[in-house]
Amino acid sequence: MSDSRATLHAVLAGLGQAVPSHLPWPRHVLDRASWRQLIDALGHRRWPLLGLWADGSTVHAALEDHSAAAFAVASLDTEDGTYPSLAAARPAALRLERAVRDLAGLNAVGTPDDRPWLDHGQWRLAAPLAADARPATPRPATDYRFLPVEGEGLHQVPVGPVHAGIIEPGHFRFHANGETIVRLEARLGYTHKGTEALMRGKPPAEAVRLAGRISGDSTVAHALAFSRAVEAAAGIEAPARAHWVRATMAEWERIANHLGDIGGICNDAAFPYLQAQCTVLREKVLQACAKAFGHRLMMDAVVPGGVAVDLAPEQAAAFAGLAADLLPPFEALCRVYETKGSLLDRTVATGITPRAEIERFWPPGPIGRAAGAGRDARLAPGYPPYDELNFAAPRLTAGDVDARVRLRMEEVRHSVRLIQRMLVAMPDGPTRAEVPPVAGEGLALVEAFRGEILGWARLAPDGTVARYHARDASWLQWPLLETAVYDNIVADFPLCNKSFNCSYSGHDL
Amino acid sequence: MLKQITRALLSRPVTIDGPAAGDAALKELAGKVDALAQKRLGRSLAIRAIDAGSCNGCELEIHALNNPIYDLERFGIRFVASPRHADVLLVTGPVSLNMQEALLRTIAATPAPRFVVAAGDCACTGGLFAGSYACAGALESIVPVDLRIAGCPPTPLQLLEGLLALLAASAGKMPARP
Ligand code: SF4
Repeated sequence: MSDSRATLHAVLAGLGQAVPSHLPWPRHVLDRASWRQLIDALGHRRWPLLGLWADGSTVHAALEDHSAAAFAVASLDTEDGTYPSLAAARPAALRLERAVRDLAGLNAVGTPDDRPWLDHGQWRLAAPLAADARPATPRPATDYRFLPVEGEGLHQVPVGPVHAGIIEPGHFRFHANGETIVRLEARLGYTHKGTEALMRGKPPAEAVRLAGRISGDSTVAHALAFSRAVEAAAGIEAPARAHWVRATMAEWERIANHLGDIGGICNDAAFPYLQAQCTVLREKVLQACAKAFGHRLMMDAVVPGGVAVDLAPEQAAAFAGLAADLLPPFEALCRVYETKGSLLDRTVATGITPRAEIERFWPPGPIGRAAGAGRDARLAPGYPPYDELNFAAPRLTAGDVDARVRLRMEEVRHSVRLIQRMLVAMPDGPTRAEVPPVAGEGLALVEAFRGEILGWARLAPDGTVARYHARDASWLQWPLLETAVYDNIVADFPLCNKSFNCSYSGHDL
Repeated sequence: MLKQITRALLSRPVTIDGPAAGDAALKELAGKVDALAQKRLGRSLAIRAIDAGSCNGCELEIHALNNPIYDLERFGIRFVASPRHADVLLVTGPVSLNMQEALLRTIAATPAPRFVVAAGDCACTGGLFAGSYACAGALESIVPVDLRIAGCPPTPLQLLEGLLALLAASAGKMPARP
């Protein structure tokens, strides 16, 4: 235990037994004392927390060991409904623990923040995921303590949940000194739909439709995370061709969303021309996807065991044509961005993610990679077919709005090239395997356009979903937005927010 | 940039022809719009979009209405920031209970005559989220709904057909409510 070079797997093996039915990474069952030892170990390790969720009375924490490229889950059966909080060692645990309390009724002892998070006092059930979920006693939604602020000349700007544009609902509480933001505190949960509860008891082929609606913009990635978790739990592998078709869908999804984000950021920097052009390119992608897979956003196309629709040869040809046609106009738009002083004046050095905070939250996806951190799940841990495609994830270091724009631009180029290579290398064969009705537990890490999704499935003996948990990348990015806008002007908040583009629905579930 | 502008000026517009007003939508609206609404509205419509717990899929397609291909504004239909300026409330999502109060307050802040449109399967019926402990379900279970646009999400064309039917109905192109 005292050896600070011991790997995550070695440390966890010393703390508790591994569960044999958990795939593909180990899950160790800890007791209260060893859970505390784990918290101590986290104090002098850099292992990022990937997720924290509850299943019945058990709390699970997923961890990553950078240096060994290892992943593992630590579990504690709370027995009395309490567990020692991880929040002091891993600030990313804070909101996750609040969500666990709201949804499963398990309390993190020693948490610095015991306010409810997703539960605004409006649901019909209290602790809806607990075995003994009871009818809730309603409480006013306004009954919420925002963090106090003290100082001369400060004023409050409350914004939302209904916003001026066509965006998702959330509440932002600004404290400003003149124009300058001294604190932003977000309140989320407005779009909570009880998705995880609705998935319970459903056969995977049905539950995947709900997974695909956790965050509509990432429908392919969320359906893929669910499907891969279920496949791991059932001990099967999708057929080879299915992997390639799935990845083709996932890369188009990434391109379409990045085009939307690049345009949206420029629009928020008062440069609508680029948005208009980006939306035209995005529309071409969506129309091609609709032709190939029967749905513009490709909802319900990824299913456990493979894909619902194969890629027909003429559609593959159409994709090749689109990939070739997309880059020249896209590069022209990138050049406009890179040479417009008025635009760069808004984006450069705006909304910088502080280095110290990056190391506290390890934000996944473009937010992390634009600030010199952040893994790409396609590369590590990696999954097919990416393990056969030699490529590198782009990285920048500035961590400002500009870096987040440029990183997305680079990722669009990468994804187009990946698609071109996949269309050539895609093997023939079946595209869907049977998922046997067996019990098991599976963990999946999938790279959405916004960053890594963690999906965890436990299947009941009849093969139905006993519990599925999805941790969207947004969970680890929202807290960073609050620090990135510090010392910026209130008027730049929309720009910063758009450059993060966290999912509300993906977070609220 | 100059090159871009020259190219844009010389090329044909990417905008497609608008669809006809949707038949189903016209039927649903027949006899629903009163004479006052026809007098006050009709030449244009201002929409306030409200996300009542959507998965954000519907929002993506509503956004697409503004792209140069569908170009909603050429029909005199536009999105506005305040409910005080709106004629139409375009509501998405299965009415998450956490959003219900904000939704009702936004509707109350919209002056009459106004139309309430349920966009997407979630708002129409509760969709896959019907029966959840956290959702009210179909929008019409909490407020009267003038028009439903089905789809998960409805495509921009389906949204456009519905909104054009609303424009036609409010322009007096169909009988008023008796
Ligand atoms: S109708 Fe479909 S796309 Fe729209 S909010 Fe509901 S699940 Fe999402």
